[in-house]
Amino acid sequence: MRLHAALRTGVKRVFLGCEEVLDAFFRGEDNPLRHLGAMGLYLLWIVVGSGLYLYAVLDTGIDAVYRSIGDLALQQRYFGGILRSLHRYASDGFMLVMLLHLLREWCYGRYFGFRLYSWVTGVPLLWLAYIAGIGGYWIVWDQLAQLSAIATTELLDWLPIFSEPSARNFLTPDSLSDRFFTMLVFIHLGVPLLLILGLWAHVHRIGHVDYLPSRRVMLATLAALIALSLFAPALSNPPANLATTPGELGMDWFILFVHPLTDLTSPAIVWALLFGLTALLFALPVLPHPRPQPAAVVDAANCTGCDRCLADCPYAAIAMQAHPQRPGLKLAVVDPDLCASCGICAGSCPSSTPFRRQEMLVTGIDMPQQPVNALREQLEQALARLAGRTRIVVFSCARGADAALLGATDTAVIPLLCAGMLPPAFVEYALRGGADGVLLTSCRSGGCDFRLGERWTGDRLQGRREPHLRRTVPASRVLLVATTVHDRSALADSLASFRSRLESKADASDRLPPYHRKASRHA
Amino acid sequence: MLKPVAIVGQVILYGAFAAFIGYFATSPKYRQVADDIALIKLSISHLGDRECRKRTPEELAKLPPNMRAPMDCPRERSDIRLEVDLDGQAAFRTTMHPTGLYKDGVSTVYKRFELKAGTYQLAVRMNDNLIKPGFNFVKEAQIKLAPGQVMVIDFNPDRGGLFFK
Repeated sequence: MRLHAALRTGVKRVFLGCEEVLDAFFRGEDNPLRHLGAMGLYLLWIVVGSGLYLYAVLDTGIDAVYRSIGDLALQQRYFGGILRSLHRYASDGFMLVMLLHLLREWCYGRYFGFRLYSWVTGVPLLWLAYIAGIGGYWIVWDQLAQLSAIATTELLDWLPIFSEPSARNFLTPDSLSDRFFTMLVFIHLGVPLLLILGLWAHVHRIGHVDYLPSRRVMLATLAALIALSLFAPALSNPPANLATTPGELGMDWFILFVHPLTDLTSPAIVWALLFGLTALLFALPVLPHPRPQPAAVVDAANCTGCDRCLADCPYAAIAMQAHPQRPGLKLAVVDPDLCASCGICAGSCPSSTPFRRQEMLVTGIDMPQQPVNALREQLEQALARLAGRTRIVVFSCARGADAALLGATDTAVIPLLCAGMLPPAFVEYALRGGADGVLLTSCRSGGCDFRLGERWTGDRLQGRREPHLRRTVPASRVLLVATTVHDRSALADSLASFRSRLESKADASDRLPPYHRKASRHA
Repeated sequence: MLKPVAIVGQVILYGAFAAFIGYFATSPKYRQVADDIALIKLSISHLGDRECRKRTPEELAKLPPNMRAPMDCPRERSDIRLEVDLDGQAAFRTTMHPTGLYKDGVSTVYKRFELKAGTYQLAVRMNDNLIKPGFNFVKEAQIKLAPGQVMVIDFNPDRGGLFFK
């Protein structure tokens, strides 16, 4: 297990480093490495769209099948030829992105607990993608198709599943008939349909799924693939001839790598690798892993049934039911198996405002490990201790840069399960409680461990999402800093710059009137 | 608004993505079989023989009218012995077993031989009923294999048994 943990940590470090490098060029929402799932879906739609045209021009006659696709690049270079190239290159891109997505989710430890369902439903998609990809190469019926068809059937024949060797179907040129290609087309349409159905299952327990990357990423990716299609159009190899062996071929290593691997090793080793890897992927969630954090808890007396937690939950762990005591009202119900314990629901609850006068702040939905009441007490104690010219409260996401070292007499650091668990009213509460500024750290855009924490936090602070930060709160006294775990020094720099900005303010007229809950008559 | 550095960086990175895909979609080239090599594919799928017994008139009379088959055949098929010689040397020996839980299915073999192009003396012998000694199907011929050629050894009782194609 130590080896697995070390391996995961090492790969995660590489991934995180690459993501940070790409952040320098892409804004967070455009960073492809943080949207690999959406990138995969987008590439799949390119494959489907271009495939529809190829299906329209495909002639399944044994002699015509090669010409109907093979001549596209010659007769329709700027339409059919590009579409064919897009079909191939987007398929390769899909494979690449799919494997990166798998690797990233694994190294970030996103395969157990509330992510178990998505992980397990994702594993069969790997097989479906490769079956669809390999079958697609056969339809062209060139020498690469011949090599792949024979190599695949010989590999399949190693398994005791057919009464007769399936490779016998490719013994001689007259072994094949038109029907073979008709069947192949049905398989090549049916398997991707299964893949799309599987993808629906893969994401259907996730809230606010990114079905597509941002428009800029889509356009740039499409432009890159079209440029590639023009520069290096996908062409057929010489036509298949079962009476001869294929010559030297341009191999698609993204999809057909299994054939050279079989030639290099043996069918037994390849099947052992494929089945072993699949079993390992299925077994990963049951290996020892950290215990799950407590799930969110609903307090029926304080839940108003407003749906905000339902709208904000990243993992669709919340459902609304009829309130048992208040006819006509709804009550949030949490499915503990799906709950990520991020606290985003507590941050979205309108009852989580610290301005409520109750000694014990009980909100509609809360996290047992960091209740809103404890957060308010922690903030009040920190405000009482703060001293110095410019007092700053730092609300720090536990998944981002470690802010604990920033704590000082004039700086209070309050860690959060996720930035999204902070009700925006806490920012105003801190400012009215004596802080000169509030700095909130979140993960970088698209990098939230709970998917949506940084997005909801930004939207709430900018008034685009409920519960929003009141407009009376001066924006100059609030700073949201997006970080990763490697951004400790950048965070310290941001704090120092924020402090000097606050100190250089000419007047303090934008200060909010003080508010002391215990002395206030405000309800 | 994106900074020029970010735009240049994005162009380079999208270009690298496309170049990576474009390169590994066709390269490095792969040759499965060397160009001076020919293939012989031995592929046979055949039902082994079985020993049937002719029913006596008395036995037939005892059977219901719709079940009076003149021959009484066991369900199980015989194993099939196969030998392949190249230039007088044993190249392959096997005994093929019938498929199926009751051993009543076809016996199959599929094997590839990679050979240098050239002329060979090829002999194939098959016995599909191991109760009987020797080989009841034999095919022997001098073959000339061109580079890259695929020659098939198959069996079809309607074509006289073993044949080379």
